[in-house]
Amino acid sequence: MANLLELRDVDKSFATIPVLRHASFALRPGEVHALMGGNGAGKSTLMKILTGVYTKDGGSLVFDGEAVELAGPRDAERLGIAMIFQEFSLIPTLSVAQNIFLHHEPRTGGFLNDAEAERRAAKILRDLGEDIDPRAIVETLSVGACQMVEIAKALSKNARVLIMDEPTSSLSESEARTLFGLVRKLKSEGISIVYISHRMAEIFEICDRITVMRDGHDALTRPTGEVTMQQLIEAMLGEGVEAAMQYHARRLPEDAPTVLEVEALTLEEKVSDASFEIRAGEIVGLAGLTASGRTEIAEAIFGLRRIRSGEVRIDGKPVRGTDQAIAAGVALVPENRRTQGLVLEHSMHDNLILPNLGRFTRGMFVRDGAGRRAANDAIARLKIRTDGPDKIVGLLSGGNQQKIVLAKWLERRPRLLILDEPTIGVDIGAKSDLVEIIREIADAGTAVMVISSEFEELLAMSDRVLVLHDGRLIKELKREDIATEEVLHHAIQG
Amino acid sequence: MQSKARAAGGLPVRAPKLTGFDWRGYIVYLFFTAVLIFFAATIGDKGFLSVPNLFNIARNTAMIAVIAVAMTFVISAGELDLSVGSTAALSALVAALVMQAGFGMVAGVAAALGAGLLVGLVNGLFVTGLAIPSFLVTLGMMQFVRGLDMRLTYTNPVPVADNTFNGIFGKGYLFGVPSLLIWSVVAVALGHVVLRYTPFGRQVLATGGNRVAAAYSGIRVNRTKLYCFLLSGAAAALAGLLFTGMMSTARYNYGTGIELAAIAAVILGGTSLFGGRGTIIGTFVGALLIGTINNGLIIMGLDVSEQNMVAGAIIILAVAFGKRPAR
Repeated sequence: MANLLELRDVDKSFATIPVLRHASFALRPGEVHALMGGNGAGKSTLMKILTGVYTKDGGSLVFDGEAVELAGPRDAERLGIAMIFQEFSLIPTLSVAQNIFLHHEPRTGGFLNDAEAERRAAKILRDLGEDIDPRAIVETLSVGACQMVEIAKALSKNARVLIMDEPTSSLSESEARTLFGLVRKLKSEGISIVYISHRMAEIFEICDRITVMRDGHDALTRPTGEVTMQQLIEAMLGEGVEAAMQYHARRLPEDAPTVLEVEALTLEEKVSDASFEIRAGEIVGLAGLTASGRTEIAEAIFGLRRIRSGEVRIDGKPVRGTDQAIAAGVALVPENRRTQGLVLEHSMHDNLILPNLGRFTRGMFVRDGAGRRAANDAIARLKIRTDGPDKIVGLLSGGNQQKIVLAKWLERRPRLLILDEPTIGVDIGAKSDLVEIIREIADAGTAVMVISSEFEELLAMSDRVLVLHDGRLIKELKREDIATEEVLHHAIQG
Repeated sequence: MQSKARAAGGLPVRAPKLTGFDWRGYIVYLFFTAVLIFFAATIGDKGFLSVPNLFNIARNTAMIAVIAVAMTFVISAGELDLSVGSTAALSALVAALVMQAGFGMVAGVAAALGAGLLVGLVNGLFVTGLAIPSFLVTLGMMQFVRGLDMRLTYTNPVPVADNTFNGIFGKGYLFGVPSLLIWSVVAVALGHVVLRYTPFGRQVLATGGNRVAAAYSGIRVNRTKLYCFLLSGAAAALAGLLFTGMMSTARYNYGTGIELAAIAAVILGGTSLFGGRGTIIGTFVGALLIGTINNGLIIMGLDVSEQNMVAGAIIILAVAFGKRPAR
């Protein structure tokens, strides 16, 4: 089949640093083509060239059989290339229809015709099979619905190529299902989709071909049926694949003390009558659907949520409120590192000393030198890729940001470490680093509780998995009793 | 996939959604009605409800309303303009001085608008070009221009003898309706149409709602903000002309504190202080609410100190009741 578009031997450098080296990528009509690769592999640069945000230094772009040059985003839009952004690009205060037709509104005599916009939006949404009111204000919609609106927005401009960047990273399981259905539908209508994702399972489920990028070059392009997960990981990481994502049986000492005891915990919302324990050095996974109450349990243990009845004990002592939890040695790494975990505008070492100011203070003054030394230690120990401890955290990749959040709490040597979706939006290389770091933390005697939607990582590190459904603990599985991801999958459906 | 307001059956739905009606967006109307009823009951017999007094309220509200209409655009775009009060006085003085020099009414009005637009242009260029928060730029501008006002005539008032000017901009009536009321109604009507039904209005709301997303949709966000500041400067100039016409005199201290009254009217009306959501009609009712409270309290015989306390408390209450619960 002829290619709809083809990027050939594209080069791109920033300052003098090459980011793309002879990178090639081809897309056929009606194809779902996965684009994978670690952070810094050049995926997003390549896509920004395709959407006209960056101009290439060398190489060519052929679209529909003709060589084209994109001078800016408008040129790409004219060709029908649209990007669905990872960070949602809708106006929260406007309606669905107003967003879909933003800046290309239907008009009557110079005035906006919202009624017409609503009619057309309703048609597009109906064609997508979506039950979304075009008059609903976007901020009242779920994340999944927002994504559908973004897709509708692209289609309203007659897009022929959709680029989806990590589309499922903030969707629930059922929302992701809906999205996959939509992707198949668009494909059957001849729309081509570039699907950027770190999640192997979904790539194998909906993509026709896979291209893996490494070091600014396309390392592998193959039909999905002709490649194994192992081959993909090798292509992404290069030589010497880490075995980090394999489960290692860990032996807990018989006399390991119980650190966390949760007894008949009932909260104002969602969670009721949850009881479990975690021992020192143990890693316990908490599995369940997005709304099953996983995050609420974590927040209750850390004292952020009011407890209606029941008790949380650390080392045998009852704990209530965040002050007591921190004093007892509980650390929480929240789900959203950008808003909850880091001060993005500050340097790495400023972030690192923030929860530990006491240790880095002499008299009235902050000991910057000691903070910087601790930061350098962390860089080496956690394999953080940065120019140095003074680098602004917001400029680092997701994986490296998450390592800094972990480093922040490691400084405190917590008794209990709670991690909420620790690898969300992180590439496979950084993911296996994180898994190893978490294992090391547990080996040093910290009790670890991991909340995750990714079975792969839950199974890679958990000694036990607790399954939560509708706010109740419905199952406890020993790791050795979980043969495959399917077992877990069935368990969480309740 | 859940949407709060789900369309039932065949789209599009025309019937209003009664369930989940968010009365908080309409709090200003409730408060306005309640205040009217309260004053009617307590001081109705002291002339509060008389036509001359109602016109009085409308007259005294006109400058706030005109400025608040433009302020709705500025706030909807995610910015703030504190310099409107001193700009109103600047335009008043410029108009009066030009007319005093014998250049006539048209030249005076044009000069006043020019002065307002110039202040708006400088504000807008600093905010968009140098990315300085508008709060700081216009705070500095507020003080700079007020100083300029004082320097211009060494704080001396400038009388305006042109009765046509005074009639059009202040004291006159058209078909029995005070010209000040007509000005504010025209400003409100124009503002409403532009914000609701024109591409510019939509661009303002999009810019304030999510600047980055607006830019990615092809909207020139900086230019949109600049236009908002120009609009604000022009509205301040018009308010200055109205002050001058009403008093037949221009003074350096016109519009002191009016920026805060205008912002209060905008927020009371239901416009989001964080941008992206704005309503001109709400703003107008907000301005009327403030004007009515001030008028009623005077008739009730409260002195200035008590008026300030009550008016301030009512504003806080109204905003508190109208606040949406955090999501």
